[in-house]
Amino acid sequence: MSKLIRVVKSHHRIPIAKPSIGVSGKTGTWRWIKPVVDLSKCTKCYQCEIYCPDNSILVEPLKGAIVNYDYCKGCGICAEVCPAKAINMVEEEQHGS
Amino acid sequence: MVLKSLTGNHAVALAVKMARVNVVAAYPITPQTTIVEKLAEYIDGGELDAVMIRVESEHSALAAAYGSALAGARAFTATSSHGLLYMYEWVNWVSRARVPLVMAVVTRTMGPPWNIWTDHSDYYEQRDTGWIQGFAMDAQEAFDMTLQAFKISEDPRVFLPAMVGLDAFILSHTSMPVEVPEQELVDEWLGARTQGFVIDGSEALIHGALSPPEYTEGFIEDVGKAMEEAVEVVREVDHSFGRTFGRSHGGLVELYKCSDAKYHIVLMGAWAGDAMEAVDALREQGYSIGVVRVRYTRPFPGEELYKALSSSKGVIVVERGVSFGSMGPVFLDLAGNMLKYSRKLPYMRNVIAGVGGVNVTYKDFEYIAKETINYLESGEEPSVIAWYHAR
Amino acid sequence: MLVEILILGRGGQGGATAANIIASAAIMDGLMAQAFPFFGAERRGAPVKAFARISDGRILRHGMFNEVDVLVIMDQGLVRTNYTKEVFVRDGGRIVINSPRDAVVRSESFNLLGKACFYRVDARAIALRNKLVAAGWPLVNTPMLGAFSKATGLIRLESVKKAVVEFFGERVGEVNAIAVDEAFHEVEELT
Repeated sequence: MSKLIRVVKSHHRIPIAKPSIGVSGKTGTWRWIKPVVDLSKCTKCYQCEIYCPDNSILVEPLKGAIVNYDYCKGCGICAEVCPAKAINMVEEEQHGS
Repeated sequence: MVLKSLTGNHAVALAVKMARVNVVAAYPITPQTTIVEKLAEYIDGGELDAVMIRVESEHSALAAAYGSALAGARAFTATSSHGLLYMYEWVNWVSRARVPLVMAVVTRTMGPPWNIWTDHSDYYEQRDTGWIQGFAMDAQEAFDMTLQAFKISEDPRVFLPAMVGLDAFILSHTSMPVEVPEQELVDEWLGARTQGFVIDGSEALIHGALSPPEYTEGFIEDVGKAMEEAVEVVREVDHSFGRTFGRSHGGLVELYKCSDAKYHIVLMGAWAGDAMEAVDALREQGYSIGVVRVRYTRPFPGEELYKALSSSKGVIVVERGVSFGSMGPVFLDLAGNMLKYSRKLPYMRNVIAGVGGVNVTYKDFEYIAKETINYLESGEEPSVIAWYHAR
Repeated sequence: MLVEILILGRGGQGGATAANIIASAAIMDGLMAQAFPFFGAERRGAPVKAFARISDGRILRHGMFNEVDVLVIMDQGLVRTNYTKEVFVRDGGRIVINSPRDAVVRSESFNLLGKACFYRVDARAIALRNKLVAAGWPLVNTPMLGAFSKATGLIRLESVKKAVVEFFGERVGEVNAIAVDEAFHEVEELT
């Protein structure tokens, strides 16, 4: 940051936010199908991690792709882009039941 | 006449269709979008013989509607919040050009922070533009007011564009019963489009050219005169609408349980209904109170409000917006306009609430009214301006 | 009389459409009505609410509410996630749930302000039986309307069917009307 600028605390509430858990809470409840990774097929290519719009699938270098089910909305993009076909979308529960 | 369940936005779209507009130009923005979507459907389905001009911005939307109106088309556009702000240059141009057209403004809070819910700040900011400004309370009124807007705008005593305000979501996206009249009756009542001049190539006309200050002053003064004459036109149009369709809304203001009321809530928009429900409950508890619902902010109904409020023991103006560094725009207009009739004003209070789309219910209005009345009856005066945070 | 109805479902399940059809049917029955979706961003799959009000007089109030006379649950999974606890059901309230026959409904999953009656219908089975499926989801909203009509007695079955046909058009509407009818007859009160 330039030395010409001093950031000082405002006297009032100002509309800024920092990256944090959103007001929607654990968005995993929105999901009705979930990605299930077959770690034996996972080649750790990182495609799923790159494409996940919610940063909810991360590749651990030794294990493979791990899904964060608290926030995964079940969009299925990871399964779509996986070149090893290591991710299957499985019905979460009897949807609409 | 048929009774239909329509959202506020679809009621506006249906009225625009029944006014047989020739041109619709608009750019989508929440919460307005469903108005022009519906109109596009009408045009696509052959129910409305009009041209839909797709533009790249709101600035162009009003410019296109204006150009069409100059050439003799009955034109319509609709917008909200940032869209309205983006077309601001044209908003001022169209009124000073004295070109009749109608625009729906679905009120939405301006950012930041980003917000899609209703408050009246976008609508308030238009108050010096020279547009006729109405504000509907329910879907039926949104329908009626849109039809009336064409009639008022196209009256030779007025020849100003007209805005129909309606609240985001609590009106725009809420389905309610709407009495829909016969098309023939609407045609007969509304009649053919009238305007002060037409630029269609049939005659050489120069419009909007450089004008010396002395002439310019006169043109601007006449915008004000047209506004003054519009007071009577609004009353007349609502009256004749009532004679034809069996429904009037009180002209520039609606009075609810005011005939014997000692105290008054003054406000505009959909939440006036919630205030009316609070008044019903307060009356059962022995409070003498009524609602004065402002239907038009331009022309401002000074005379009506003076008559309704001059002998009030306490006037509470509740507003969904504020002029920063001052007070609520309706409060300011009310105080100023009351002075035209008397130097002696009743006690008046300005409560700012529901800003940013906060839901304000009948319970909140009950609280606001009781607090004010209890103060006044104990001989104390509550603060003249206060923020009320409904939760 | 003013009845406030909340439909709890998932984004994309048709709760808002159901609320609108309730309002249309009520108006056909000579009542006043209001209907509206949750006011916010649309989120497929997320737990969402839709609202309706029915009255024999002019409805003056506006906006969303959290205290209800009728609660319609479109997706039983929402009971398990405790979203149902966000809604307060008034004394004498009615709760209509889409769930299979063998599922257990516990009153502890709800916030009851007094006594409430529970109704159950397998709307998923009815939707699948009538091939009412869109984008992989069974369309449970129209069967739930039939169950609503029977459980509450607020709007006539014939009006619901008429409103459904009006909304969806002749061809799709007729199939949905059959689902409405089946749910009306299959809904059962839980004791």
